[in-house]
Amino acid sequence: MCLQESLSNVSLYLMCLYLHFTHRYYVSSKTINKLIQVHDRIFCCIAGSLADAQAVTKAAKFQISFHSIQMESPPLVKAAASVLKELCYNNKEELQAGFITAGWDRKKGPQVYTVALGGMLLSQPFTIGGSGSTYIYGYADAKYKPDMSREECLQFATNALALAMGRDNVSGGVAHLVVITEEGVEHVVIPGDKLPKFHDE
Amino acid sequence: MAAYMSAGRSENAFSTHDFVPEWAQEEVSTGTTIMAVEFDGGVVIGADSRTTTGAYIANRVTDKLTPIHDHIFCCRSGSAADTQAVADAVTYQLGFHSIELDEPPLVQTAANLFQQMCYRYREELMAGIIVAGWDKRRGGQVYTVPMGGMIVRQPMSVGGSGSSYIYGFMDSNYKPGMTKEECLHFCTQALALAMERDGSSGGVARLAAITEEGLERRVVLGHQLPKFSNT
Repeated sequence: MCLQESLSNVSLYLMCLYLHFTHRYYVSSKTINKLIQVHDRIFCCIAGSLADAQAVTKAAKFQISFHSIQMESPPLVKAAASVLKELCYNNKEELQAGFITAGWDRKKGPQVYTVALGGMLLSQPFTIGGSGSTYIYGYADAKYKPDMSREECLQFATNALALAMGRDNVSGGVAHLVVITEEGVEHVVIPGDKLPKFHDE
Repeated sequence: MAAYMSAGRSENAFSTHDFVPEWAQEEVSTGTTIMAVEFDGGVVIGADSRTTTGAYIANRVTDKLTPIHDHIFCCRSGSAADTQAVADAVTYQLGFHSIELDEPPLVQTAANLFQQMCYRYREELMAGIIVAGWDKRRGGQVYTVPMGGMIVRQPMSVGGSGSSYIYGFMDSNYKPGMTKEECLHFCTQALALAMERDGSSGGVARLAAITEEGLERRVVLGHQLPKFSNT
């Protein structure tokens, strides 16, 4: 049922939740929320230059809601991802931001799309991004299995984030997770000290 | 094949190398994944087998696990030439030292010899080395000597370009007190994951277990490496 599939949705989101906004070596904020809601059931994880990301998502939010009104129905996740992709690709010289767009729509259920730095759009069952993601590629490849339950997805994402935050010096603070299903959207926040601890050297 | 060493970073404004492929002008690098894990009674070391010159794979069956002494090995990452030169020099020094002492050398001694050389020539060298072995005094030990020339002993260590991708896997899956077989299995999985993601790592996974009894080497061929559902 929808619930099961939407869990794969959950993981998308969780992936990009590291929360430090840094300007070179200064931590400007420890509690930024990098999950931006661009429509009722569509969220965007942002990475890279936060200024660029905020500008792009603001423009995308407008375009998506306009599109949704014109079509008289909630937008497809693919459409939302496409809007972001157009903005990233057409302004690739100036921008330095990557996104993960994820959500639920009536046509295909839960989906994840990654929009990379240069404007590439790719649909995947799950994905990771941001500076901390390099450290968890191995973990994610090893631990991900398709058709996980909601709890398994949440656990997988929390563990992955905790591991990445443990290794990446510009990731940390609080972990934000969002679960998107047909029924609605649920926000989970885990402070840094409550994250799972692993064997650290 | 003879590995071609270019002048490195010099700019050739009028290059006579127009008809030489780009990879022949690049330095040979063991962009790589190496790791070592201690267990009670010895160490397990592992490495991939790819050596690259730019985008060309100069050697797809490289052995990056180099013996320094009977029970001491080093895992090499970085410039192939630099690591081979340093390893040769340390092998000589350690052999001499061992004869003087009239007993097998300590792993810590070998590691410190590497560290001294890597630190003294830190500006010229590009070498990240993991020294691992067994000695009578402290059993299995792993010392990591990254670029720059620091030395630190760790229960387990990973290095090379592919290591970034497996820090998360390593942190979550390593537990102290593993047996030799568990260590070998853990290393195989970690190497497979890194080789899958890092373009500079690949080929076969070479493993070795060093204990008091001696050395046991294993090779896991490409098609025998563990596969993961997402990749």
